[in-house]
Amino acid sequence: MIAPAQNILSSIGGLPEPANDEVVQAIDVRKNFGRLEVLKGVSLTVRRGEVVVIIGPSGSGKTTFVRCINHLEKIQGGRIFVNGHMIGYREARGRLVEDSGRNIARQRREIGMVFQRFNLFHHKTALGNVIEAPIQVLGMKRNEAVGVGRDLLARVGLASKADAYPAQLSGGQQQRVAIARALAMKPRLMLFDEPTSALDPEMIGEVLEVMRELAREGMTMIVVSHEMGFAREVADRVVMMDDGQILEEGPPAQLFGQPAHKRTQAFLSKIL
Amino acid sequence: MSFDWPFFWHYLFRPSGAYLHGLMLTVVLSVVAQSLGTILGLFAALGRMSRLTPLRLVVRAYIWIMRGTPLLVQIVFIYTGLAAGGIFRFQDISLGFMTIPGNVQAGLLALSLNEAAYMAEIIRAGIASVDHGQTEAAKSLGMTYGQLMRRIVLPQAARFVIPPLGNEFNAMLKNTTLVSVIGVPELLLTTETLTSATFRVFELYSVVALYYLTLTTIWGWVQARIEAKFGQSTAQAEVAPGFGERFFGRAIFGAARSKA
Repeated sequence: MIAPAQNILSSIGGLPEPANDEVVQAIDVRKNFGRLEVLKGVSLTVRRGEVVVIIGPSGSGKTTFVRCINHLEKIQGGRIFVNGHMIGYREARGRLVEDSGRNIARQRREIGMVFQRFNLFHHKTALGNVIEAPIQVLGMKRNEAVGVGRDLLARVGLASKADAYPAQLSGGQQQRVAIARALAMKPRLMLFDEPTSALDPEMIGEVLEVMRELAREGMTMIVVSHEMGFAREVADRVVMMDDGQILEEGPPAQLFGQPAHKRTQAFLSKIL
Repeated sequence: MSFDWPFFWHYLFRPSGAYLHGLMLTVVLSVVAQSLGTILGLFAALGRMSRLTPLRLVVRAYIWIMRGTPLLVQIVFIYTGLAAGGIFRFQDISLGFMTIPGNVQAGLLALSLNEAAYMAEIIRAGIASVDHGQTEAAKSLGMTYGQLMRRIVLPQAARFVIPPLGNEFNAMLKNTTLVSVIGVPELLLTTETLTSATFRVFELYSVVALYYLTLTTIWGWVQARIEAKFGQSTAQAEVAPGFGERFFGRAIFGAARSKA
């Protein structure tokens, strides 16, 4: 068993203060891949410190929606604001134009993302993964970054693995490094895209434990997940997506207890 | 059969000054042309994958032409053709301590431009072989295109690029013989000059063949060492990822940007 994660955010000087009370504001987001409409007008507001878990059948657009929030996907309609800044686009003569690569990169600094497949940099050690962006992107001094990085790794229970390469780590360890890597940028928002779906069952717990602790420390989080236990326990709000739309949302007790929609009921009965 | 063994041994083990100069020219041409070709090829590869359609088309046309015409034709075209057409004439450049003759510049240019087309395809394949998740992770951390290419993608692509790069250099060592047609006194032209004075074609071409064989053999050994070292660092993740990062990270973009 791993040591329980504690005070993770103290390694980056505490909870980064969000500029806005509304950390994420998505308005009528539309997205299609060619002719296929993946998002048919999704609106969602996430407040400071909120943990929102998005559930729904595969193909419902939940992963795509989360990827739109840091502009890994372009959108064809609607707007997304993070901390009051429009993401990925700027207005020019009443029309939306994709922002420059440099500006998009800047906007992504304050949005941490954790991927289903970890996506650790294979050619760098665990510590190397964590300090890369603070040094390259934020211009942090190497010594300082190493200090923060080691502290973060220790707090996700990986102090002894700092010099290991991803190939030498288990899936659960890799995902914890990935969380530390995202946190090292002092993000005001964390996006989790099915963070435990690629893990063996015995490793899911250690990753959820870290996420639970982050939520407890007040991090604003959007989590795409099939972990209903986690949603029930940690989420402030559960959002049910189906067919590119938000079907319903509410506190976990309400959504799991008395789902309003038949399709939510059907989905929950299959998964619970 | 008449083979003058003493003559053969003499030229093999006691090469003249002119011969050593030819050898040096062959090696220098190869190394410089391969380096320039690799750097140009890197930019061509990036251009080939650019989102800007005009840039992509220009690079594709470039690769199409350079790979579709003989290197020998390109060499003569650049040196003799351009001058004859009144477009550009290569002049000797004096650097004070040495002079770079016009035909050496033209030969170097032709070899580099030709090599760039082949390296572009090799590097493009190397970049394509790096998992797209690496790029997405780098983007999500706020890295710009330049940062993620230099720090994340290219060092990993290097693992796929190095073996074919070694083969390209092997070919380059031999392709330098082609610049003899524009009068660059590399190893082959020096041999030709010697044969016209001695008429010992059999012996002298045996010697020059052995010289090339020695060069490519030494390179083959170096290449094996590089690949072993590099393969180890990524496969077992024991040695630091040094080579790829040094190769692309520092050698090409390095001095200017990776101060951190």
